[in-house]
Amino acid sequence: MPSDHPTNPGIELPPRRGAALKPLFDGAEWDFKLVNDVYDVMHGIAIGEMGLDIYPNQIEVITAEQMLDAYSSIGMPLMYRHWSFGKRFAYDEAMYRKGLRSLAFEIVINSNPCINYIMEENTMTMQALVIAHAAFGHNHFFKNNYQFRQWTQADHIIDYLAFAKAFVAECEEKYGQDAVESVLDAAHALMNQGVSRQLTVRQRNPLRREIERERTRREHVERTQTVLDRTLPEINRGEPTEKTAATGEQRRLGLPEENILYFLEKHAPKLADWQRELLRIVRNLAQYFYPQRQTKMMNEGCATFTHYEILNRLYERGQLTEGSMLEFLHSHSSVVFQPAFNDRRYSGMNPYALGFAMMRDIQRICTEPTSEDRDWFPDFAGNGDPMGTLRDAWANFRDESFVLQYLSPKVMRDFRLFALRDDHKDSAVVVRAIHNERGYREVRRQLASTYDVAAHDPDLQVTDADLSGSRRLVITHTVRNGVTLDKTECERTLQHLARLWGYRVRLIEIEEGATKVLREHEVLPMP
Amino acid sequence: MQIVDRRLNPKSKSLGNRQRFLRRAKAEIREAVKEAIKNRRVSEVDGSERVKIKSKNLREPSFSHGRGSGIRDMVLPGNEEYHAGDRIDKPQGGGGGGRGREGSPDGDGQDEFSFSLSREEFLDLFFDDLALPNMVKVKLKDIKSPKPARAGFTSDGSPARLNHVRTMRNSLGRRIALRRPSEAEIEKLEQQLAAAEADTPRDEQLIAKLRSEIEHKRRLRKTIAYIDPIDLRFNRFERVPKPTTQAVMFCLMDVSASMTENLKDLAKRFFMLLHVFLTRHYREVHIVFIRHTSQAAVVDEETFFRGTDTGGTVISSALEEMMKVVRARYSPADWNIYAAQASDGDNFHDDMPRCLELLEREILPVCQYFAYIETAHGERYSDTMETSVWSGYTEIADGHPNFAMKRVSSPDEIFPVFRDLFSRTGVAA
Repeated sequence: MPSDHPTNPGIELPPRRGAALKPLFDGAEWDFKLVNDVYDVMHGIAIGEMGLDIYPNQIEVITAEQMLDAYSSIGMPLMYRHWSFGKRFAYDEAMYRKGLRSLAFEIVINSNPCINYIMEENTMTMQALVIAHAAFGHNHFFKNNYQFRQWTQADHIIDYLAFAKAFVAECEEKYGQDAVESVLDAAHALMNQGVSRQLTVRQRNPLRREIERERTRREHVERTQTVLDRTLPEINRGEPTEKTAATGEQRRLGLPEENILYFLEKHAPKLADWQRELLRIVRNLAQYFYPQRQTKMMNEGCATFTHYEILNRLYERGQLTEGSMLEFLHSHSSVVFQPAFNDRRYSGMNPYALGFAMMRDIQRICTEPTSEDRDWFPDFAGNGDPMGTLRDAWANFRDESFVLQYLSPKVMRDFRLFALRDDHKDSAVVVRAIHNERGYREVRRQLASTYDVAAHDPDLQVTDADLSGSRRLVITHTVRNGVTLDKTECERTLQHLARLWGYRVRLIEIEEGATKVLREHEVLPMP
Repeated sequence: MQIVDRRLNPKSKSLGNRQRFLRRAKAEIREAVKEAIKNRRVSEVDGSERVKIKSKNLREPSFSHGRGSGIRDMVLPGNEEYHAGDRIDKPQGGGGGGRGREGSPDGDGQDEFSFSLSREEFLDLFFDDLALPNMVKVKLKDIKSPKPARAGFTSDGSPARLNHVRTMRNSLGRRIALRRPSEAEIEKLEQQLAAAEADTPRDEQLIAKLRSEIEHKRRLRKTIAYIDPIDLRFNRFERVPKPTTQAVMFCLMDVSASMTENLKDLAKRFFMLLHVFLTRHYREVHIVFIRHTSQAAVVDEETFFRGTDTGGTVISSALEEMMKVVRARYSPADWNIYAAQASDGDNFHDDMPRCLELLEREILPVCQYFAYIETAHGERYSDTMETSVWSGYTEIADGHPNFAMKRVSSPDEIFPVFRDLFSRTGVAA
């Protein structure tokens, strides 16, 4: 949860209803017992009343410096060593020291048990807020959303990271930091192309088995390889023993292949086994983070909705003091603040704001629907079961489909959304739809498509690889709406790709459904 | 649920990442450090430093959609005035809806950024440039030169370190606790026994009782030792940093017009290195800047390095000024005196004898070390051409182990003077 959104003035306390219990705490100070007690009460609300389903929680108290540490290793408690994390740390630290950016209140990790980092300098109210947010909200989402269930294995991620860290360290020892770095640099450059979007059997390999696999492979090599073997010239594993017809070869390589890292790991002619393993590690991490990119808005929305609900219920029963409630509302309203597009503070749609607004709206539609809602959402309008409806949405949607399914005209009106088209040939940006009867569906469709990660990342596929002849690798970029790749970035990335492949690499950009090549890049690996 | 307190975990988990990052950007950071040294005061050489670098080695490219091509659709919040079909003119440069782009830390903007180097990291790079051997670097950075100091007591040690008071106190306590009978007690019983034996009629029962009691007490005295190994206490010593003292460092420099900015910069490097060295060994280091042309004056650092003056060159004036300051403020009994003189080798010819006399008679006897460095432009630096100062100083160099002279024309030649310093004074070697 970011802590530095601009504040939204004018907070009013909601009226208290119901019986007054004793406040759980008063004042800013917290200690471990108090956190424990508050957790237990909130657990009752989250599980008993809201019906959430969570992994067991582990709450870890850390300092600001440790929070910076955690930032730089993508929030993971363990990570292999790489200079880019050091760079990120230096950058974050500089921003933090200059006061340009404050730290997040919490970091939560999709693991089992679910690890929540909370900062020691938070007040007790903030601790309650972040625990409700992360330990219940995010945790429920991690455990139940289909994306996470399909793609990540929360049980094994920490073990796998430990393995990855040890493996990278071992490679550095054996082959030198430079050699390892150059492979990792290249792999990181291709990380977004290291994801398989279609589920196949090979990605269902549990991470636990990954560790096992690497160990048995190495044992096998150690058993069978003798000193004499090393004097033999290295055999290119990718080289076919006999020439096959081009199409046969393509089929054998499984082309076209969208997961470039996977393809390189399996078929790059020049890589050593340990280099392939490094690619595999980066690829597995990319796959692990892929659901987070697909569900950022829903995930934050779910967590924000959960903390809002839990703290309000605490307050209603009198378990939260008015002072704490004001402090909470102040933080909450700055987190869900959405500046308008022409505001200086605007930096894109705030996922917290949109997610929270949509989920509150679903709640409203379930309990107090208008006739408009009944037209738009006949399935659940007025069904009187907001939590059940929300749990269903959290489990079975990702950002794109969630917007497409649940964005209501009311939210569009509240946000005053409007759809624009920017054609680079045109001197003006055209407004295509606004929040009115004619525009709702168009705005909703377009907003949904901006949340489609697959459309956001360039569509690149390995389309041809000549393993017996020139060894040239061909990547095809399927251009949509005429948007080509950023030229300098593309060439730098291709350089990395060529280094892994070991031979010439060609990238062609072709408009979807056409045959004309728009642009072509070609690089040779630098010696 | 489980709460874990991680606050006490080892800090800087990302140290390894940072080292890799610095290694990666080394060339650029070194440039930045060089730049920083120019703007630093001599006494500030070992503080942390903000550096700003721009490095192509730090790029992390990835495939991304380029701007300025094709058709883009977007949805923005906060519409107030627009209707479907409205056309909004793009701002100059064709950015259009560029506002919608989220600021990402991995964007191009990060190619250049500034961050802080720690003191250690800064010194590492500073030393790197001066071509210091690694051994010496360690010594320069190592603040402590250990010396044993009392640190409590221990139950084990060499006999020479036995602490009698503590040992006897333990022994006494143990004897009292175990009720070890004293010699006097036994004597008293023996007297009673003697009395009882002399008594008539003999009370055999009493005699037997006294005898067994004496027997028991004697046995106790034998089994309970007067001093037991567990009583022993030894003085314990720990190696702690040696108490440091104070030093004063004189920086003498010729500032006549022939000393260019470049030569002064070389001299500054040398003074900085000396200062780092001194602060490692002395608790308090004072710096006195004396500049001279034909007259000498004590000045502040800014004037020393930046100011120029015109006039001839009379080195003895600076030496006299230095002795004046020594007599007034820095008694050789209390202060370690170091002096470093930088010059381009020109001196008023008649002045040399006076200089040598001052050095031999007054300065060298009170100085820990006197270093003369002659800064020279590349083309002037040749063995055949000896400057007047150089040939003059050569005469006294042999007889005085605490005098060193060296010519430098680039930063990496500064260190040899220091090697002399370490090998001769034996302070750190």
